[in-house]
Amino acid sequence: MPKVVVDVMPKPEILDPQGKAVQGALPRLGFSGVVDVRQGKRFELEVAGEVTDEVLAQVHEMAETLLSNPVIENFAVSVLDPDEAADGAR
Amino acid sequence: MKVGVVTFPGSLDDADAQRAAQIAGHDVVPLWHGEHDLRGVDAVVLPGGFSYGDYLRCGAISRFSPVMTEVIEAAGKGLPVLGICNGFQILCESHLLPGALIRNDHQKFVCRDQRLRIENASTAWTSAYSEGQEITIVLKNGEGGFVADTGTLDRLEGEGRVVARYLDHNPNGSLRDIAGITNERGNVVGLMPHPEHAVEELTGAGTDGLGFFTSLAGLVGLTASTFA
Repeated sequence: MPKVVVDVMPKPEILDPQGKAVQGALPRLGFSGVVDVRQGKRFELEVAGEVTDEVLAQVHEMAETLLSNPVIENFAVSVLDPDEAADGAR
Repeated sequence: MKVGVVTFPGSLDDADAQRAAQIAGHDVVPLWHGEHDLRGVDAVVLPGGFSYGDYLRCGAISRFSPVMTEVIEAAGKGLPVLGICNGFQILCESHLLPGALIRNDHQKFVCRDQRLRIENASTAWTSAYSEGQEITIVLKNGEGGFVADTGTLDRLEGEGRVVARYLDHNPNGSLRDIAGITNERGNVVGLMPHPEHAVEELTGAGTDGLGFFTSLAGLVGLTASTFA
């Protein structure tokens, strides 16, 4: 089954306390050099049939109405490469 | 008046909201999230809690529950709606109020008696107060940081739509110390702190919260048919 991915990220101007907490934890674990962390969400939607323009338009609508809150978040829609999906399953 | 209190799966403060409305002299009507029915109420309270487990975003899934379709439509016609805490989050997700509520800037849950200043005493839910009145009610939230873009914040302040502001201490990183806002018409109010926990001397932080529920009495002449 093909997968469509929706990545949701807090807008750059919105404070991201979760990202800040992760950033604060990294040096304590000995990881240095990370100057900023932003935490978002990734949705993988398994769709029946082919990923047509119509399907993508619908996913856009889902992302706008439910998966993201446009007041505080941006989103990006992409189609998961079948090879990448297979790699992920291995 | 007949005050409806909606229970969502995961609501916590519906019973307290019902009790507060009752103490303020109203008839209480329990409303269920899964029904397309407001049962002829004259006002609606969306209570605090963790509806739908706060999954996805606080209030994001509740906003699409059957009862909210009715609440949104009736609110557009002037039905008084008060969203407290999670209810405020639901009102923002519903776009009945602008902005959004995000995780507290200090990343911790906060529970305290909070001093507020009532900035707008002309809404359906704040007419029992006077403008500038300082009250203390309970605040408890993990995601209570009110955010909106600068233009929206300026408009809210310019139009007098900030209902209450935090005093002494900003407990959650809310921009411009905003604790509550209203819509253009003044019938929809969202508030992060909990007036329903401050309505009896025996419990909570005094009775300063009762005014949110007694304010409705000022709306005489309005009946459910007004919003049908």
